[in-house]
Amino acid sequence: MSIFDTALSTHAQSLTARSQRVEVIAQNIANADTPNFKARDVDFKKVFKNTLEDAMKTTHGKHMALALDESADGMMYRTPFNVAFDGNTVELNVEQAQYGKAAAEYQATVNFLQDKIGGLRKALRGD
Amino acid sequence: MALDNIFGIGGSALNAQTVRMNTVASNLANAGTVANSESDAFRGKRAVFKAILNDQLNGQDNNKGGVQVTSITDDPTPIKKMHDPSNPSADKDGYVYLSNVNEMTEMVEMMAANRSYQNNVEVINTARQLMMRTLDIIKS
Repeated sequence: MSIFDTALSTHAQSLTARSQRVEVIAQNIANADTPNFKARDVDFKKVFKNTLEDAMKTTHGKHMALALDESADGMMYRTPFNVAFDGNTVELNVEQAQYGKAAAEYQATVNFLQDKIGGLRKALRGD
Repeated sequence: MALDNIFGIGGSALNAQTVRMNTVASNLANAGTVANSESDAFRGKRAVFKAILNDQLNGQDNNKGGVQVTSITDDPTPIKKMHDPSNPSADKDGYVYLSNVNEMTEMVEMMAANRSYQNNVEVINTARQLMMRTLDIIKS
């Protein structure tokens, strides 16, 4: 039990935070043509820190670790280079680049997790 | 899981862009129509988009977030009338009323809708790949 609690370190929480960011950017791209829509992004550092602090608050063996709060602080409005006439602040090029980056980061976290699990599996098999 | 929502978000955007394409197709098809009164003249149609808001985002609904088409409005550009007494739909003074569709604007609108659609398809594809990669974790 105690090994598996820490085996994946922070990668599991990180995956949740990263997938949240991918979703927020998907939302921006979906609303690229919506009047008055303001593009948002997630401050990963803030969300991740919240998650870690929540995780650290479990001071008793029977406490449950808190899942990532969807409304956790860290949602921010993007500062646009240019605002469209209809008040929309989504800049597709920026969003596309950020989406690609977020996807790559997500895959990186998945790779880390995969390595961790591969290691655990190897240790369990003992071969 | 947040990745699930992307399919709903992207899907709603695809839907909205399809509606937009449909209005463009309808406008182009009716660009050459004439009517015998100003009120009957064809007016270009525009889909109005609205973001699905955050409180709806955290609701129980499966399709969280995205974009929706709230209404389809008429283009307010004034209708032009043309003197053409030989036209069967001319009024008693010999005028026909043209539609206010600008074909060039519609073509640009079509390209914009097309690009937005492609963007959202790409978003869904990437989300799908990420999901598949995540599922593959247990295979390692």
